Amino acid sequence: RSPSRSCHVVTTVFPSALFSFLSVQTFDKILIANRGEIACRVMKTCKKMGIKTVAVHSDVDANAVHVKMADEAVCVGPAPTSKSYLNMDAIMNAIRQTGAQAVHPGYGFLSENKEFAKRLAAEGVSFIGPDTHAIQAMGDKIESKLIAKAAKVNTIPGFDGVVKDADEAVRIANEIGYPVMIKASAGGGGKGMRIAWNDEETREGFRFSSQEAASSFGDDRLLIEKFIDNPRHIEIQVLADKHGNALWLNERECSIQRRNQKVVEEAPSTFLDPETRRAMGEQAVSLAKAVNYSSAGTVEFLVDSRKNFYFLEMNTRLQVEHPITECITGLDLVQQMIRIAKGFPLQHTQAEIPINGWAIESRVYAEDPYKSFGLPSIGRLSQYQEPLNLHNVRVDSGIEEGSDISIYYDPMISKLVTYGATRAEALKKMEDALDNYVIRGVTHNIPLLREIIVHPRFISGDISTKFLPEVYPEGFKGHQLTATGRKELLATAASLFVAAQLRAQKFLGDLRLQERRSWELCVELEKGVHMLGVSRSGATYTVEIDGDKLEVSSDWNLASPLLTVTLNGIHRTLQCLSRNAAGEISLQYLGTTFKLRVLSKLAAALSVHMPEKVPEDTSSILRSPMPGTVVAVSVKAGDTVAEGQEICVIEAMKMQNSMTAAKTAKVRSVHCKPGETVGEGDLLVELE
Amino acid sequence: MAMAALAAVRRCRVLLHGAVKSSFRGSPSQPRSYSAGRLSVQERIERKRQAALVGGGQKRIDAQHGRGKLTARERVALLLDPDSFVEYDAFVEHRCSDFGMEADHNKFPGDSVVTGQGRINGRLVYVFSQDFTVFGGSLSGAHAQKICKIMDQAMLVGAPVIGLNDSGGARIQEGVESLAGYADIFLRNVMASGVVPQISLIMGPCAGGAVYSPALTDFTFMVKDTSYLFITGPDVVKSVTNEDVTQEELGGAKTHTAVSGVAHKAFENDIDALLNLREFFNFLPLSNKDPSPVTECHDPSDRLVPGLDTLVPLESTKAYDMLDVIHSIVDERDFFEIMPNYAKNIVVGFARMNGRTVGIVGNQPKVASGCLDINSSVKGARFVRFCDAFNVPIITFVDVPGFLPGTAQEYGGIIRHGAKLLYAFAEATVPKITIITRKAYGGAYDVMSSKHLRGDVNYAWPSAEVAVMGAKGAVQIIFRGKNNQADAEAEYVEKFANPFPAAVRGFVDDIVVPSTTRRRICRDLEVLATKKQTNPWKKHANVPL
Repeated sequence: RSPSRSCHVVTTVFPSALFSFLSVQTFDKILIANRGEIACRVMKTCKKMGIKTVAVHSDVDANAVHVKMADEAVCVGPAPTSKSYLNMDAIMNAIRQTGAQAVHPGYGFLSENKEFAKRLAAEGVSFIGPDTHAIQAMGDKIESKLIAKAAKVNTIPGFDGVVKDADEAVRIANEIGYPVMIKASAGGGGKGMRIAWNDEETREGFRFSSQEAASSFGDDRLLIEKFIDNPRHIEIQVLADKHGNALWLNERECSIQRRNQKVVEEAPSTFLDPETRRAMGEQAVSLAKAVNYSSAGTVEFLVDSRKNFYFLEMNTRLQVEHPITECITGLDLVQQMIRIAKGFPLQHTQAEIPINGWAIESRVYAEDPYKSFGLPSIGRLSQYQEPLNLHNVRVDSGIEEGSDISIYYDPMISKLVTYGATRAEALKKMEDALDNYVIRGVTHNIPLLREIIVHPRFISGDISTKFLPEVYPEGFKGHQLTATGRKELLATAASLFVAAQLRAQKFLGDLRLQERRSWELCVELEKGVHMLGVSRSGATYTVEIDGDKLEVSSDWNLASPLLTVTLNGIHRTLQCLSRNAAGEISLQYLGTTFKLRVLSKLAAALSVHMPEKVPEDTSSILRSPMPGTVVAVSVKAGDTVAEGQEICVIEAMKMQNSMTAAKTAKVRSVHCKPGETVGEGDLLVELE
Repeated sequence: MAMAALAAVRRCRVLLHGAVKSSFRGSPSQPRSYSAGRLSVQERIERKRQAALVGGGQKRIDAQHGRGKLTARERVALLLDPDSFVEYDAFVEHRCSDFGMEADHNKFPGDSVVTGQGRINGRLVYVFSQDFTVFGGSLSGAHAQKICKIMDQAMLVGAPVIGLNDSGGARIQEGVESLAGYADIFLRNVMASGVVPQISLIMGPCAGGAVYSPALTDFTFMVKDTSYLFITGPDVVKSVTNEDVTQEELGGAKTHTAVSGVAHKAFENDIDALLNLREFFNFLPLSNKDPSPVTECHDPSDRLVPGLDTLVPLESTKAYDMLDVIHSIVDERDFFEIMPNYAKNIVVGFARMNGRTVGIVGNQPKVASGCLDINSSVKGARFVRFCDAFNVPIITFVDVPGFLPGTAQEYGGIIRHGAKLLYAFAEATVPKITIITRKAYGGAYDVMSSKHLRGDVNYAWPSAEVAVMGAKGAVQIIFRGKNNQADAEAEYVEKFANPFPAAVRGFVDDIVVPSTTRRRICRDLEVLATKKQTNPWKKHANVPL
């Protein structure tokens, strides 16, 4: 198997796989009970297999990409997930209405809901996933560990039973010995997970976790177990059929996490040797066999520094990060799941499962990485361009230019996957891909992703689930410029300024001007001011900074959001986020946005006379911009609102206007209530 | 910026001042212990020229800087291309002999204004810049005469006039001569109106009769915190109406850009304002004889805008931002908005399509549902008339639920003011392209550059609803007193809440996929570039003022 086959398995090149897509008859029509990128991902494979697709969607998703991609679409309710994507009655109706023979649940939502699987079975509709028994057994943290123990799978010491109240939580915690981890029995991933180092934290953790568990899963049972300090999170992908066969498809390293949610994943792991890998794989397979597992599943392990590994949980669904496994094994997991659901036996033996090359996945989120490594942001993607022009890059997304990232759903924009024959190659590709990824209109976490993948500790493979807090103890602050980097950035900004100045003189039919050849500029960056000399020869600018000379060349396309430059022979892709008449330029350089100001020498000299202005902070007060009626108030005093989140709705002229928070903050007081009439400038809500 | 730049910039400030000082050899404020006659003419020329360069002298220059303002000459230097300024009348002096004004120390070569011509990005412009360091920039007969001279020349050659205002008002010592000077300028403002673009940038006080010159020009910009425009200052206001009001509240940039609508935009400081003015100038044709300028453009004219296909919300009562539409359609998302803080329910401004300047008018559903009211009608009308006067094609985005009802509007004369916008669109003979994005209800449909007002190309998006009014209101009238209102409403929506009624009658030329809008407009503008249309001969029209 050549490496080039692996990464584009889902998108384009993979002739033998394509053949196998056509060779078997599975289902005529599949309903995908999900939204966003995973719904699109599943549909891609369905299309290749010649299977018709049905999308379900909430009313706000009526124009979403997954709806457009599907052959049919059914609205299953209003925006809140509990009323749409979790609305089993509506989804069952959609299945009946469209005659879908099978349902792919994606991940999240109903993917690990045994009730849903049961209802499908009752109506003779195939669930593309494991059977109810496996979902139930593995979905329950207690039961899953008992089964794991019985199957000779290493389990975490000291784990115990279901917790009734805070006192019992404290008692159990003391039995196990601190630190302990508290989380929802029903929840997967990091949801509802708290770590406690003492009795007080246990009580607090119990309260938070049970609340979160109740609201997220409708099941407030909790689990307390020994917490393994400084672990790696490594998981094994398994694939099992209905005939008792099971395979392990190698591991995924998912240690880079923030708040127990994965950020960067890779396959394989730098940490595992073949023996450990085989041991983990074999245990994973024996667990799968122990529950008669069929379909794709993931067995998560915690691995300590001595390569001891402990069973964490089994996810009985397709994982978010499955693409990296596809890249290194050449298998299409969705295709395999569909085949298995139809009852076909596995196509491969364990010996046929390769590790070809290396794959990295970055989860691109609409969130602000400068706040707790990522607080959700929302907005409309005013410009959006995936780096698909690059080879060996795969982007799994369910949004497009113009899409809204709303408060109702997960703020993930896409999964950016790069592939290479070696890890270094895959990482270099990831740098390029992140630099070429254009996202405007929402705050995103590319600055953080771009820093993680070049961090020496990450490159050397010295990572754990505590990577982010250890590397950025003060919080993430963006890329720190080196002396060379600073010069590159200054030279690029100055050259861009000159290119824009020159173009501003190019009027149709006006050839009077002799183009200027040299400029003296003053560029401000991070409170430092630099005097630069720029001279031009064709499209190449020679920039003099503090005695150094940098040659900057580019096509100087001022309309493109990407700015591809050659700096002293080195290619770099920057992004120009904004540029205005006053010389302010925002450049994204190595993932981080830097604000610069370029002025002519004269303007810079005169700017010392300009009065300094204290910006007026109006972000904490929300006033009605017009007279109207308050239709809805979405917050109450004490709530925390995210920037851009709806605070209230004012109706005027029979039009609903959504008032949003100008910053992320706590609500101090609310001065309006639904039904009330307000005048222009009336105080609605105060934030802290 | 100013403070941050301070340290490193000090070096070049020294350089700059050094250059000025070294070139004039000797301070003009030193006592004149010798007779001027004993100097050679050459020396006298040199002395006068150097004296003109420092205006009211270093002390007053420092005071000007201390107020956060630049001097008249510094402003001109920043506004124009380097070394392009050609000064006129540097030797003109005031002719007042009363109140000791005839004394030598009260004479300043050039008096209280710097005038001349120069280039902005290579294109000719006439400029006057009032010098606050000389008698507070007050307007003498000589001062007015200098301004009139460049305005006359600008009209002769067909080039815009930019005025940088920073003046305490009339030169009281000169009495009626000063007043005559104002009137001379006003007359030229009026004569030049519609002939060459006139722009005022208020960079200091501008009070009393002086305010009418900016008011007569096409665009008035202000500098935040350091500029004021009012008929009478706070003291007079207090004595007449007993109102307590600060200078800033009465006539500051915020007041005029958000409340009164006197000014079109405000900038942070002198430098910001002048740099923005250069950018703004690039949008303008030089005169009414020039076509709309076309600059080099890197944005493909056939670029699709996929985001527009999902921009208009499915519920017709939900708002969206018309600026999102505008930014994504125009070249490089570059939109110079005029009056961004006034009557925000209509958006106007300049942009380019395939390099050619266009004027954009759009209802803003985000603010007051995009309805037309008094202020938005006047804002729109004035902008449309500028575009028409100077050959700038007009692109109109329509999403308007109607004119705003209510006593405030009726008493305020919405009929009269709404008519201005109607008048402006109807009268305009430049290329007019209209896109109905959603609602086009009632009389407001007619007003917004409809086919009936000689729209050249009128498009509807699939989300367009062209009707006399919204479904609910219409049904209440058509089916008054009947029970099946809900059914009737559904029927009305089915019939009218779509682009077909307009399309079948040819009132829109096509129903277009939103993502193709940019491509369509660019093509249409190429076709319409040769449009020729004239209105019947008249002395002048009678716009409902």
